[in-house]
Amino acid sequence: MKLIFEISQRHRHAAVQAPRPTDISLDIPKELRRTSEPQWPEVSELQVVRHYTQLSLRNFSIDTNFYPLGSCTMKYNPRGVHKLAMTREFLQRHPLAPVEQSQGFLSCAYDLQQMLASICGMAAVSLTPMAGAQGEFAGVAMIRAYHQDRGDHGRTEILCPDAAHGTNPASAVMCGYTVKELPTGADGNTDLERLKAMVGPQTAGIMLTNPSTLGVFDQNIKEVARIVHEAGGLLYYDGANLNAILGKVRPGDMGFDVIHLNLHKTFATPHGGGGPGSGPVGVSQRLKPYLPIPMVTRDEQGYRWLTEQDCPKTIGRLSTFMGNAGIVLRAYIYCRLLGKDGLHRVGEFATLNANYLMVKLQQAGFTLAYPQRRASHEFIITLAKQAKNLGVNAMDFAKRLLDYGVHAPTTYFPLLIPECLLIEPTETESKEELDRFIDIMIALLDEAQNTPETLKNAPHSLPVRRLDDVKAARELNLTWQPGE
Amino acid sequence: MPYIPHTEHDIQTMLETIGVTGIQELFDEIPKALRIESLEGIPEGLGEMDVSRLMLEKAAQDRRGVCFIGAGAYEHHIPAAVWDIASRGEFMTAYTPYQAEASQGTLQLLYEYQTMMAHLLSMDVSNASLYDGASALAEAVLMAVRANRHSHSKRILVLGSLHPHYLQTVQSIVRAQQIEIEVIPFSAQQGTVDPATLAAYDQQDITALVIPQPNFFGGLEAVDALTQWAHAHKALTIAVVNPVAMAVLKEPGQWGDSGADIACGEGQPLGIPLSSGGPYFGFITCKQEYVRQMPGRIIGCTVDSNGKRGFSLTLQAREQHIRRSKATSNICTNQGLAVTAATIFMSLIGFDGLKKVAENCYANTHRLESLLTQISGVERLFTGPYFHEVALRLPCKVEPVLQQLLAADIQGGIDISPYYDSLKQENALLVCATETKTDADLVYFAEQLKRALHSTV
Repeated sequence: MKLIFEISQRHRHAAVQAPRPTDISLDIPKELRRTSEPQWPEVSELQVVRHYTQLSLRNFSIDTNFYPLGSCTMKYNPRGVHKLAMTREFLQRHPLAPVEQSQGFLSCAYDLQQMLASICGMAAVSLTPMAGAQGEFAGVAMIRAYHQDRGDHGRTEILCPDAAHGTNPASAVMCGYTVKELPTGADGNTDLERLKAMVGPQTAGIMLTNPSTLGVFDQNIKEVARIVHEAGGLLYYDGANLNAILGKVRPGDMGFDVIHLNLHKTFATPHGGGGPGSGPVGVSQRLKPYLPIPMVTRDEQGYRWLTEQDCPKTIGRLSTFMGNAGIVLRAYIYCRLLGKDGLHRVGEFATLNANYLMVKLQQAGFTLAYPQRRASHEFIITLAKQAKNLGVNAMDFAKRLLDYGVHAPTTYFPLLIPECLLIEPTETESKEELDRFIDIMIALLDEAQNTPETLKNAPHSLPVRRLDDVKAARELNLTWQPGE
Repeated sequence: MPYIPHTEHDIQTMLETIGVTGIQELFDEIPKALRIESLEGIPEGLGEMDVSRLMLEKAAQDRRGVCFIGAGAYEHHIPAAVWDIASRGEFMTAYTPYQAEASQGTLQLLYEYQTMMAHLLSMDVSNASLYDGASALAEAVLMAVRANRHSHSKRILVLGSLHPHYLQTVQSIVRAQQIEIEVIPFSAQQGTVDPATLAAYDQQDITALVIPQPNFFGGLEAVDALTQWAHAHKALTIAVVNPVAMAVLKEPGQWGDSGADIACGEGQPLGIPLSSGGPYFGFITCKQEYVRQMPGRIIGCTVDSNGKRGFSLTLQAREQHIRRSKATSNICTNQGLAVTAATIFMSLIGFDGLKKVAENCYANTHRLESLLTQISGVERLFTGPYFHEVALRLPCKVEPVLQQLLAADIQGGIDISPYYDSLKQENALLVCATETKTDADLVYFAEQLKRALHSTV
């Protein structure tokens, strides 16, 4: 497909979109003025509409495809939620608008803070982090502030399991910590003996996902919490997999001191092709003074912002205003639609779907990474056997799935399982859709045995074949230039 | 059950396949003491009709008159097509484009976005966006520390006229990395930084200089002289700019003799609604030589196995999912959907349209300033040229005046005195009038301000 620049014609405009020219002349010194025109497209409104509509058709999405992408919780994003969040008054509310004209939005933010705290078993929540990674940063920054506030300056290390999301160690480093990698036991639980050997007066905390990225619930969690707390460290919960236990278990009850949530996963806000997300943080009582600002509170006069004047120990501000407010609004609407019972069922049906898929795929001849364990909301199959015997690897399976109109599961993550696919169906998929996926996977096994080239050269039916990533990185072309 | 499609028959069949008698059994590996039976503190669920009613009631409480607040978020016309197309499920409900073959729509759009931003700022390369303007600046500061091989001090100079929330955000994000942020005071007369002030740092090791254009007060900094000073002292120049202003103001790639090294800012004015502060998107661009130090997603143009043009995520070796603790940043998302809207916006408005928007903003704010300063006791706080925002001095405390304006359905700007020690004794009001304001709006504001001052003073 052509680029928008390649359909551009000099002096063509979508004239109706620009304001009338002014007769005022700009009184700006010459040396501060722009003198050249950028190479922007000059196109009609219809050309723009058609170009981007056609581009949209070159995407897989939840609305068009089954999307069992592990650890990403690609559940249905209710249309009603989006429509209501796009109500004119919400869109036109300036972030610095006076509270007298903001009680509607502020009440939603306040209620969401309360609901999320309750869902997670935490004392308080701040909605300001703009994504999961920023939530992690905020969480670890609070751990740091807590130790420093107590004059406990010797704690320089954060522990992360080897199966952790890459953001965990990266966030800990941004907060000035050294990261120590904690090995996982053969059963998928934390190796308690190794943990005991690794904690000490240097331990600031541990970052855990539970259920872990291995798709299993860490049965030792209470013991982990005891060991880390006794060493003086705090426990950080990465909420990436909260969908598995929503309404069933609360991270606060497991012993976690701080948690981030991904509203774009568990609370069904759209992923938008890679964002915006939203990563609220929740904390236990002892970390409450350090929460990032602004937050919303309520008093006799109504709802108002909490700022640094109210929260002198805060880790501070993480964005210009209050983070991704529109995503916060969507999560609030989602919670009101599902309510208490609806939210309670999320974890149950996400788990039912995952376990059903896991059992059926095992019956079909696929190898499970943890056959002796229950699946959480996701599970791992390993194609190491197929890679060795048939020369087709996890990437080949992933690419071939695309030909069948199914988005690939997460591949090659977690890193400690060879040739793996991490599969997460979510609660919003029907049994028929799961059965169709199983049939496709069986067909792929058959192709792997009989026509392996079909997999190795996949995809065959998409707008492009496999892309040359090496060329992309070596001969960097990040900006279109005229005449290309 | 909301959004759960299972029939009773489905559930039974699935449980039998798994070999358990009930859903609860699937949680039997979780210690019993940890399990809860129900959620407390959550109201009963509502149907879509009832939730719609509830939300429209809440929205009505946020109804307002005319908004003259700027301060980092600006009301502009957004063509209807922008969010109609961006809200298509194919864009809105897709994930990060890891599977390139199934994401060519998003990937090509992001490549077009990178191109438009790079060209708008006359910079070599752009990434696929960061969270927002303030956090983009924080990332730019971290990037400058990695990129400037001549400097070992990790000292960053920031013009004091920078948006105060940007400064606070940078401080929270870089605090743990031993980076020192030093604020250069602005001139009390001009509201901009006199480049001569920098002479105090002539003999010192400075990593980067942060220059906002326009600055928080709408004023215009001497970008050429400031950039020249930075480069003469082996410091990198970080530009923080408003993208609409770039239609008329000198773009960072042209600052000084060799241009700014990194240019970032808030993308909201490019088709993103005010929506309480987000989601917006931060943009970051840089010179080619620093591209490997740039954080976040970057899209490259390449070919497929048939030699056909295609697009994919590139330079992933910088990123957290590969490099883990050694990544350039922990950042894992961009603001994909906001960038989708911005790209459609830029295509529709074109540079010619953007220039008209910028000129109208300029004209409206200058007309507003002339109307307001005709009121006795109201004058400009600073001298010198400004773009589409201006700081005024009132003859009395700002807050009660704003309250009175509110009663007349006017959000009359913000009180900026509390933000700066040097302005604590002032009654300083920051106002902005974009192209969305009519002349009648401006005249009405002036009338109401006059009335408010009359009853307050």
